[in-house]
Amino acid sequence: MSAGRLLPYGDRAVLIELSAAEEVIAVRDGLSRPALAGIVAVVPAARTVLVEFDPAILSREALSELVQTAVATPAPNVIMTSDLVTLPVYYDGADLAEIAAWVGESVEAVIALHSEPDYIVQFCGFSPGFGYLTGLDPRLQLPRLDSPRPSVPAGSVAVAGEFTGVYPRSSPGGWRLLGHTDATVFDPGRPQPATLTPGTRVRFVPT
Amino acid sequence: MIEVLQPGLLATVQDLGRVGYVDIGVGRSGAADLAAHRLANRLVGNQETAATLEITLGGLSLRLRHAATIACTGAWCHLTGAGAMDWHRALSLPAGTTVRLGWPIVGLRSYLAIRGGVAATPVLGSRSTDTLSGLGPPVLTSGMVLDVGHLIAGDPVDDPSVGLPDPARALSRGLIVLPGPRLDWFTDQAWDQLVGANWAVQATSNRIGYRLSGPPLERSRSGELPSEPTLPGAIQVPPDGQPIVLGPDAPVTGGYPVIGIVPRSGPDGLDALAQARPGRTLRFRGR
Repeated sequence: MSAGRLLPYGDRAVLIELSAAEEVIAVRDGLSRPALAGIVAVVPAARTVLVEFDPAILSREALSELVQTAVATPAPNVIMTSDLVTLPVYYDGADLAEIAAWVGESVEAVIALHSEPDYIVQFCGFSPGFGYLTGLDPRLQLPRLDSPRPSVPAGSVAVAGEFTGVYPRSSPGGWRLLGHTDATVFDPGRPQPATLTPGTRVRFVPT
Repeated sequence: MIEVLQPGLLATVQDLGRVGYVDIGVGRSGAADLAAHRLANRLVGNQETAATLEITLGGLSLRLRHAATIACTGAWCHLTGAGAMDWHRALSLPAGTTVRLGWPIVGLRSYLAIRGGVAATPVLGSRSTDTLSGLGPPVLTSGMVLDVGHLIAGDPVDDPSVGLPDPARALSRGLIVLPGPRLDWFTDQAWDQLVGANWAVQATSNRIGYRLSGPPLERSRSGELPSEPTLPGAIQVPPDGQPIVLGPDAPVTGGYPVIGIVPRSGPDGLDALAQARPGRTLRFRGR
């Protein structure tokens, strides 16, 4: 798999396949920071970035060149320059004890593992304002619940696979719950509706 | 103002959709049959950003509290108000008129435009109801009163020759499908089946996805994809091999491999699919 492979997505979009989270962040940043003519939308996900473009303005070949340049831009620059959001967290989640038992550490150690790193919002999905945060300690990378909960409370701070995140509102969900925050991470009435936008740096502060 | 007497099965406010919020997880939404929606607006002289009512399987009735000019497009229903009324025409109606749409004879989704547009409060730049996330105006219910806006571009169009291509024809001759990003996750036969087989529209289809049933599309590799960005028109294939074509309210990411893409624009694309009733059979063809 070569970095930055362009996969077909209809006549007005391409899907860029990448091999690492850092490349996703770099490509999203590289393609969306300056207002590039002909690029309509840049949508990141786990290992891919969807680029909607206007073929009348931007050719597929020119887009491919932009992608290669973006892949070559080192991600650390992005991480150093992005905005920092701090979220106070009450580590009182329903799965906290089980996670600690799984990891083989104390609850305090699990809280430290989760609250020490700086995370980057890699992409949003699932529901409006739900950010997938990358940078999770490998020891906390646990599979989803076998059976999702019918209702996860709004503000729940949770982990699943390589990601951690915050449920913007009450919804069904299969992530494992570490705690909760009182911060509102999505409000369509605000000038900036989502707190956890792609590229944002995030720190969880135990409260 | 318009008073909703009966909403029918499902009636929502729709415009061209939410633009520019996909990267924060907000779907595009918007009219499922964009061509029909645009035509309704054009007939009553609205700006193209005006909202219309999207009516699923007819059955809507409403009372005009003020004199108004309306036009209906899309799935063709028997329309009454001041007597029987024409489809695809701008109609000037007096205050107090009760407008009723019957059961559609052809198609699934009808669009009712009112001169000035439906004046719901925009959410993230759009008056579209997103049935998945709940953003936008509420789904229409009996007794609800809708305001009329001022998004007027010009005079109503009085042209009896105006119409739309018959979606039934597009569904018979085949909807266009382009190769998708994960075609290589499927056997060689899967693509031939996609474009060769008859596909029945399942009753569970909605604005989030058009669910089809037919011969299972077999994958050539197992395993899972990490979540990928999606677009309306993407044909996702879950493990049971029964394709789902994503609709306007689809989630912005998904984990099932996408075998093909039904284009958003053109008479043989997503607009025609939006008019495919549950139970009806359709075909795909390459371009």
